[in-house]
Amino acid sequence: MDALVNKRIKQVLKGDQNAFTDIVSLYQHKLYQICYRMLGNKQEAEDIAQEAFVRAYINLHSFDQKRKFSTWLYRIGTNLCIDRIRKKKPDYYLDAQIAGTDGLDMYSHIAADEKLPEETVEQMELQDRIQYEISRLPDKYRSVIVLKYIEELSLQEISEILDMPLGTVKTRIHRGREALRKQLNNL
Amino acid sequence: MSTCPEYIVDYMHEYLDGDISREHEQQLKKHLQMCSDCQQHMHQLSDTIAFVKSASHISAPPHFENEVMNRLPKRVHGVGVQKWIRRHPLFIAAAVFFLFMSVTLLGNYPNDNQFSVTKQPNLVVEGETVIVPAGEVVKGDIVVKNGDIVIEGEVDGNVTVINGEYMASTAVVTGQIEEVDEVFEWIWYEMKSMANDFMSLFDSGEKNNE
Repeated sequence: MDALVNKRIKQVLKGDQNAFTDIVSLYQHKLYQICYRMLGNKQEAEDIAQEAFVRAYINLHSFDQKRKFSTWLYRIGTNLCIDRIRKKKPDYYLDAQIAGTDGLDMYSHIAADEKLPEETVEQMELQDRIQYEISRLPDKYRSVIVLKYIEELSLQEISEILDMPLGTVKTRIHRGREALRKQLNNL
Repeated sequence: MSTCPEYIVDYMHEYLDGDISREHEQQLKKHLQMCSDCQQHMHQLSDTIAFVKSASHISAPPHFENEVMNRLPKRVHGVGVQKWIRRHPLFIAAAVFFLFMSVTLLGNYPNDNQFSVTKQPNLVVEGETVIVPAGEVVKGDIVVKNGDIVIEGEVDGNVTVINGEYMASTAVVTGQIEEVDEVFEWIWYEMKSMANDFMSLFDSGEKNNE
């Protein structure tokens, strides 16, 4: 597969834009899945995954063909997801009163996916529940858990995708597993 | 569980990562057999992994591929050109040199529109027309600017007409005849004469050496 991908990359670099179609069709599902699990929203996942392909296309000349293309592509994708998650984080104080309201503070405006009442969670369909629990993980654990258990990538590959030492990846996976365990058993 | 050594949990994770050493694995197994709390912890971790792994595979929507292709920037010619330029620095150097040359030479372009002619004996000038009368022999080159030349006699040299016309029917010219009308021809002419000067320098240098 790598040989085919490298062949297509060379064609794109020579100016054959259509050769990029094959690259997209090979990786679209995996990349979309990473984005969906990281962001928990179909529209956003689609937008970010598309953006990742566009960036890969634009920067294709800087890709080292001795390396694995998927690693490089997933790295672009996860970076975009992490950026998006950070931008979504509220930078206002929850306790601050909203102007023009009587005693209404920001707690009453928190997005529903922050934390749901126990009964609601228990009634969830399994698949919704999985996504809900993943989305509750802090983003530094979320990315390693998604790459390890949903994409089933090796620790070495994860360390290359996230550009962090193997030891850090291991620590984050351990903590991520513990965090998930507590989420699932504290109900 | 609080009484259990902390490294037991680390060993659990080593085990789950699949890179536990034999020694650690034996210690872990031994401990799990005695300690039900740790056993439960281990089970919960395994269940957690099974839970996440049971996530169904998600596929990109069917129009995804087309939308990516539509979002790609239209083929940028600039990239190709830039690359080409980077690969051919000599060409660019030559082009820049040519540009400067042209500008300098254009400065010499006769835009004063004044009639002038090389002074030679037995040339007849009538208004803006230079005549080499029949039966006469002009020895040397003739350059006419902004005027015409009629050759009825003989010229033993080159004839150059800039911004003018050369008219001759029975003329005998031993050298070259050139008409220069356009700016580019002018540049070409100047460059050629520079090259000729250069060559003659070279020639005379060689002769001196002899």
